Amino acid sequence: MANIFPKWSNTAPIKILICLALTVGTVVAGVTYWATPKYLRVGYQPIQPVAFEHSLHVDQLGMDCLYCHTFVDRSEHSNVPAASTCMNCHSMVKSDSPKLAPIRNSYESGEPVPWVKIHRTPDYVYFNHSVHINRGVSCVHCHGQVNEMEEVYHAKPLSMAFCLECHRNPENFIRPIDEVTNLNFRYDSREEQIEQGTKFVHDWKVNPPQSCSGCHR
Amino acid sequence: MRIFLAVWLFVVVATVSILGFRGDKSRSAPRWVFPDMDIQAKYLPQGQNEFFADERNDRPMVPGAVLRGYNSDIKEVFDGEYVFAKAENPALFTGLNESGKPVTEFPLEVTYDLVQLGQKKYTIFCQPCHGRVGDGMGITKKYGMSATPTYHDDGKRALSVGDIFNTITHGKGTMFPYGMKLNPQERWAVVAYVRALQLSQNATVNDVPTQYRKELGL
Repeated sequence: MANIFPKWSNTAPIKILICLALTVGTVVAGVTYWATPKYLRVGYQPIQPVAFEHSLHVDQLGMDCLYCHTFVDRSEHSNVPAASTCMNCHSMVKSDSPKLAPIRNSYESGEPVPWVKIHRTPDYVYFNHSVHINRGVSCVHCHGQVNEMEEVYHAKPLSMAFCLECHRNPENFIRPIDEVTNLNFRYDSREEQIEQGTKFVHDWKVNPPQSCSGCHR
Repeated sequence: MRIFLAVWLFVVVATVSILGFRGDKSRSAPRWVFPDMDIQAKYLPQGQNEFFADERNDRPMVPGAVLRGYNSDIKEVFDGEYVFAKAENPALFTGLNESGKPVTEFPLEVTYDLVQLGQKKYTIFCQPCHGRVGDGMGITKKYGMSATPTYHDDGKRALSVGDIFNTITHGKGTMFPYGMKLNPQERWAVVAYVRALQLSQNATVNDVPTQYRKELGL
């Protein structure tokens, strides 16, 4: 009597298992790597109507974040400056540069400059800038080293896991209020950060919400 | 098996080359994999809105409207019990007295905290042009802001506090107004700090309290 199964069928089950495992494993790995904000949002660098250089204005000229983003310490929204803020200096400095034409047009006509929004949380997330700024959370924690960026890009994932990392352990991140807009400030060691951070958490009664409705409404 | 492995390798290489790595710079807007209710039809600050002709969510003030204050500065501004502070102490808001002349006295109590606030705001908003000590040698001087004056001459020292307040509020010459960026109290704080700077550059030994003279070698 002839064999019902040919010889290759001896190794067929193990081969099928390997192929399946490889396929599933690859798909899982791919989704984990690509389907999160760490890939989807980080690195977003749109072309802005004016190539505003943060590194020049902050690091070279020593301007404070609040000169332009004036209301970030008292508003839930960090304002993008009006053209008149630019014109405080650029009415005199590089006043005929073609790169600044959109600013001058906006200042004269009152039409806003169409800046492209980079950092955007979902619309059901109610992030309040001022409470973070006034409790020692620096700009750098969510926006990266903007002071070194020639062209702003999305530097941090801003996912919910990212928020919770700090909301669960604020002492690992918060710093003196005076250093909030100093994006180069770091404690010398992790121990010092935690020691000082723990003190601030206690003194300022920092109690970041971890319940859903703390941020989602 | 070989064919499968070849296809698998091809798919992996193709996916990696198309999608790239985490953190790669991209000009295209982020995709929402799970859009849920991430983007809703609602008014966000400084947002775009096709409903209005100028496509702005933030509506300009209605002509003739009287500003009571900002919600961010005065929480009671929309409250029934709200006292219209401008009517109580007009000089605090305008820097002018009843006859419309700049006031010569501060309309609020000048405390150490107020001067500290002034220093903070001065460093942010004034220092780029007026310099750290108010000598007009800020960083912008070498980029073309040539007209910034020093605070330390007799003309500037003779200015009343109301004059300085009005300059901050409405601007003067090539200086643009800063009234939108600083609320009245912060503007008076800056005035107090400017006065402190003027004193610091025009002081004599007699202005130093006796107990500190030795420390400074005077």
